[in-house]
Amino acid sequence: MRPILLVLALIAALAAPPARARDETAAREALAVLAAGNLDAMEPAIGTIARSGVPWAEPVLRALLDGRLLARQADRAVFLRTAEGAILDAASGAPAEVEARALRPIRINNRLRRTLEGALGSLTLASPDRAVRLSAAEKLFARPDHSALEPLETALAREADPAVRAAFARARAAILLDHGEPGARAEAAARLAESPSPAVLGKLQAARRALPADVDPATVAALDAAIARVETRLRLLEFAQTFFQGVSLGSVLLLAAIGLAVTFGVMGVINMAHGEMVMLGAYATWAVQQAFRAFFPGALDASLLAAVPAAFLLAGAAGWAIERGVISRLYGRPLETLLATFGISLILQQAVRLGIGATNREVVTPSWMSGFVEPIPGLALTTNRIVIVLFAIAVFLLLLALVRATRLGLEIRAVTQNRRMAETMGIRTPRVDALTFALGSGIAGIGGVALSQIDNVSPNLGQSYIVDSFIVVVFGGVGNLWGTFLGALTLGVVNKLLEPVAGAVLGKILVLLALILFIQRRPQGLFALRGRAAEA
Amino acid sequence: MVRAGLGRPALLLLVGCAVLLVPVLNRLVPEGSAFHLEDRLVPLFGKYVAYAVLAVALDLVWGRAGILSLGHGAFFALGGYAMGMYLMRQIGPRGVYAHPVLPDFMVFLNWQELPWYWYGFDRFPFALAMVVLVPGTTAFLFGWLAFRSRVSGVYLSIITEALTYALMLAFFRNDMGFGGNNGLTDFKDILGFPIASADTRLGLYLATGVLLLLALAVAIHLRRSPLGRLLVAIRDGEPRARFLGHDTLRAKLFVWTLSAVLAGLAGALYVPQVGIINPSEFSPQASIEIAIWVAVGGRDTILGPVLGAFLVNGMKTWLTGAAPELWLFVLGGLFVLVTLVLPKGLVGIVELLPRGRAPAGGPAAEPAARPAEAAGG
Repeated sequence: MRPILLVLALIAALAAPPARARDETAAREALAVLAAGNLDAMEPAIGTIARSGVPWAEPVLRALLDGRLLARQADRAVFLRTAEGAILDAASGAPAEVEARALRPIRINNRLRRTLEGALGSLTLASPDRAVRLSAAEKLFARPDHSALEPLETALAREADPAVRAAFARARAAILLDHGEPGARAEAAARLAESPSPAVLGKLQAARRALPADVDPATVAALDAAIARVETRLRLLEFAQTFFQGVSLGSVLLLAAIGLAVTFGVMGVINMAHGEMVMLGAYATWAVQQAFRAFFPGALDASLLAAVPAAFLLAGAAGWAIERGVISRLYGRPLETLLATFGISLILQQAVRLGIGATNREVVTPSWMSGFVEPIPGLALTTNRIVIVLFAIAVFLLLLALVRATRLGLEIRAVTQNRRMAETMGIRTPRVDALTFALGSGIAGIGGVALSQIDNVSPNLGQSYIVDSFIVVVFGGVGNLWGTFLGALTLGVVNKLLEPVAGAVLGKILVLLALILFIQRRPQGLFALRGRAAEA
Repeated sequence: MVRAGLGRPALLLLVGCAVLLVPVLNRLVPEGSAFHLEDRLVPLFGKYVAYAVLAVALDLVWGRAGILSLGHGAFFALGGYAMGMYLMRQIGPRGVYAHPVLPDFMVFLNWQELPWYWYGFDRFPFALAMVVLVPGTTAFLFGWLAFRSRVSGVYLSIITEALTYALMLAFFRNDMGFGGNNGLTDFKDILGFPIASADTRLGLYLATGVLLLLALAVAIHLRRSPLGRLLVAIRDGEPRARFLGHDTLRAKLFVWTLSAVLAGLAGALYVPQVGIINPSEFSPQASIEIAIWVAVGGRDTILGPVLGAFLVNGMKTWLTGAAPELWLFVLGGLFVLVTLVLPKGLVGIVELLPRGRAPAGGPAAEPAARPAEAAGG
């Protein structure tokens, strides 16, 4: 293989010279012109070098701009001083043994400086490196320079990569918007409005202000239309962003509240320790991650997956113990159950605070959950939130399947509808109670796994979500999973939509007040009535 | 119900004597005696008495009518804030910033004038009216909305919790004009008397004691009245009481508002004795703790709430000093144990004692009406 490649390379090298040699000669002649120091002659010389495509064009022009290009008075040879102070031959780039005293920097004036900047810009625009071309286009877009218009158009005509083409076109529109003819400005504004962003809006508004008073009304109208279009689009994007945040909050609430809804539906009791089940799940996630760190450091990214069953089992076992130990003994006394489970929540929080510590524990986000995706330009959604939304939906569907299609689900539905009748039909209600409670607690534990990714793992973790979970249950409904689903998402979205209008705290207060009023219309929430037992 | 043997006036007398113990031990027992009560402890007992009033208020709705409010702390705190606003206005120009009208925290927030809802609080009668009206109106509106749509049981408990939670969030905001996070504090005078002097404190303590006796008298009267019996009927079977033609909404609304007013008055006397009111009084946990005082003492009894408030808070004062990390275990344990083992609280234990030791009188000892086997699912 190797010899063939070598031969091919040789042939290519031999074939290339004719065209390049001409450019090279012209560029070297231009270099000599630079050394002569005639400012008027230097401008075309700079253009010649920039267009020649010689590999030394960029370092030499940059050195000229920085005052590091030196000329020897005697023979007009040109040298280049690097940033480190080494002297190189300008054209070959080889180290040169020259007497430093014989060298003088080539002076330039402001006009030449602008020409140089433009030339350098067009050189990067022609760079073979795609990333360099893109960043050059970004720079031109951010600070439009009229002198770069011509090289930009040349580069645009040559460009094949669609992303770079789009970036070039945007940069060209930005330049035309500031410096073009009125007609060109209107067209550029329309072009820019196609890719709306806050930066585009700023440019358009600035361009609108900069329009001379006597410009024709069509241009003004075109700019105004472009501004209006960008504004509308940005508002839509912002709304989509807020909406997504609301859905994300809603999915967290769904995970926290759905277990509560199921147990309330079956047993008619509120579990005030439900938030602590979430907290236990989050701590289980932390513990599993610590174990992975110690034993399988290579598989750390998978620890979150392993934490899901661990959290489910831990919280489920805790829930089962609470049901057997306390709640089953308080059967028929829902208010006392509420108080007793509140006591349990205090004990669990304090136990974790003393046993593990009151400070936050860090749970690392696995690499596959970090970063963000951008489904449409300008709308960035963080991956961990998307994963949590999908996870919540998956858990919800699983639970729905369990309630609809399994024996336990059938029994849960029966007891929810009419406990006594279910008993009469031979359903062992204490067993259903215990299993439901373990299930609800386990799901809360799974919710803790999700929460560990977006919130601090601390003994108070459950407390921050429990009031909202209650609201979801009251609002969305009990025993009706779809009610809880809708309730959680509605509450999440409403909370987030109110936040920018009313502030986070006031928004929450409004939601709570709305809930109290909502109960007027639908005293039993959005869920179905529980038959004749509704008021018993 | 407490033993029919012990007459109600006797009960009041007993509590009255117990209340008088503090000033007697403080003033009549010479200093240096083992039984002398130091001046600094007087406000502590005053605080307990205020808590006892709060517990009696909660028992009116929970023990009697079976409405478990997890938001009674809100009415207590509203009364407290109304009193706190009066006390703030009494500071006058003696604040740190020496502004003639604005309280310090408003000067700090760069406010230029007093918000309208602070007008009038420089006068005691107005403040006193607000102590009654603010919690009373809040409770009335909330109760009307809730009871009218027949929200009961755990549902009601949860939305009362939501109410106090919402108020807590609101009072934490600086823009509300109630001192935000720090609340109202640095009081100087009440009715022209320096608030920190031993005499004023004893006076406040006695006022709280009188309020407790009043609250108990109201509770006793309520139990004997037809309304009290109707409330028990509502507790044990609201639909049935309604079908029998009773206006259950009115009965519940009355006792609910009455209870909130009592709680507000307790809060108003609590604030000058502890010297501060801040939004943490609105926290849901503070409200739930009231329920455990009542449960420990014994629901639907006269003495139970008073006993429970003193015992639990005494234990809290002692334990948070001696072993702070244990307090939450004890409190949590109380919640579990009392509900599991002592459904009728400490007063219930007395009823379990052999009958021979009960004071003579009547067929008595018929155990109190079965406590709320309330709304079950």
